[in-house]
Amino acid sequence: MNDKKWFLIFGCWLLASIATAGSLFFSEIMKFPPCILCWYQRILMYPLVIIFLIGLIPFDKSVIKFSFPLALVGWFIAVYHNLLYYKILPESAAPCVMGISCTSVQIEWFGFITIPFMSLTAFTLILILLTFSYRIMKRER
Amino acid sequence: MKDKLSLIIGSVALLLAFFLIGVKLYQKQEAERLGFVAKADFSKFVPEYAPKLGAKDAPVYLVEFLDPECESCREFYPYVKMIMDEHPGKVQLVIRYAPFHGNSRMIIKILEAARKQNRYWETLEVLFRYQPYWGSHHDPRPDLVWKYLPEAGVDTAKIQEDMKDPAIEKMIEQEMRDLQDLGVRGTPTFFVNGRPLESFGVEQLRTLVKQTVEQL
Repeated sequence: MNDKKWFLIFGCWLLASIATAGSLFFSEIMKFPPCILCWYQRILMYPLVIIFLIGLIPFDKSVIKFSFPLALVGWFIAVYHNLLYYKILPESAAPCVMGISCTSVQIEWFGFITIPFMSLTAFTLILILLTFSYRIMKRER
Repeated sequence: MKDKLSLIIGSVALLLAFFLIGVKLYQKQEAERLGFVAKADFSKFVPEYAPKLGAKDAPVYLVEFLDPECESCREFYPYVKMIMDEHPGKVQLVIRYAPFHGNSRMIIKILEAARKQNRYWETLEVLFRYQPYWGSHHDPRPDLVWKYLPEAGVDTAKIQEDMKDPAIEKMIEQEMRDLQDLGVRGTPTFFVNGRPLESFGVEQLRTLVKQTVEQL
């Protein structure tokens, strides 16, 4: 049973790592300037890589307590970003004045995979995995 | 426990490997794409209207996308001159604009107006010299340029008139389109006969120019 929890957190760590590496690839290699909302999402995603890692070796169940708030706030920002990006909220509500706009399209793979979409997916999956591991731990108690 | 640790280390190694492969693939693809653009459309890199410095028949085109308000363009400028001097008659500098700062467009218009008085390079150098004063990021004072411009030997009254020319505005729009097509997202960005720098730096630029001259 202990292993299942471990692998769920390991999955979270893997997702956070992929998201971190991916976002660094976009900004440092492809030279896309990150918009302000991307920065807020990065601030919440990057520390997760380290927090999950600390919680994995050796396994520490309090990792959920520390990671969940970050992932949740990140998820809300990602939702907001996607709403702006897909024009569900009007662009004038966007907080980006200087530099790159939060709604400028940098990439679009297969017609729907965009950078804000990937961020939302990563945060959503992390939250789902965290919820599963929380349930397992609650049952154990 | 040991297995889990090796799983983590393995994943880190795998992610790093993917990242590095991605970097290589992307650089290769970009180099091929830009090489193709260079062959197919020379004027994407070296348009008729762009200011050029050096021998007119020089076979190596050092294209620099710059922003007169960008500090690192200012820092780079003496090195660009130095690299050109290392290959006399072989390299011509082509100035392209990347107006990424707040007052870039206004300054570009001044430059283009100075060009009509045959004082382009003098004006560029004066603008770069005093850039910390007029182009400070915390407190930009574009009005100050008028104080410094006479040092370039230009007639400032005529510049104020000439910079209103709608042709300059149109030219900047074309520059913006080319920035998009060539994927220029920072300044300065260099292309040597259509080839981009693999990584940014004076030595890297120097090597690329040297290689291109030697391959002729």
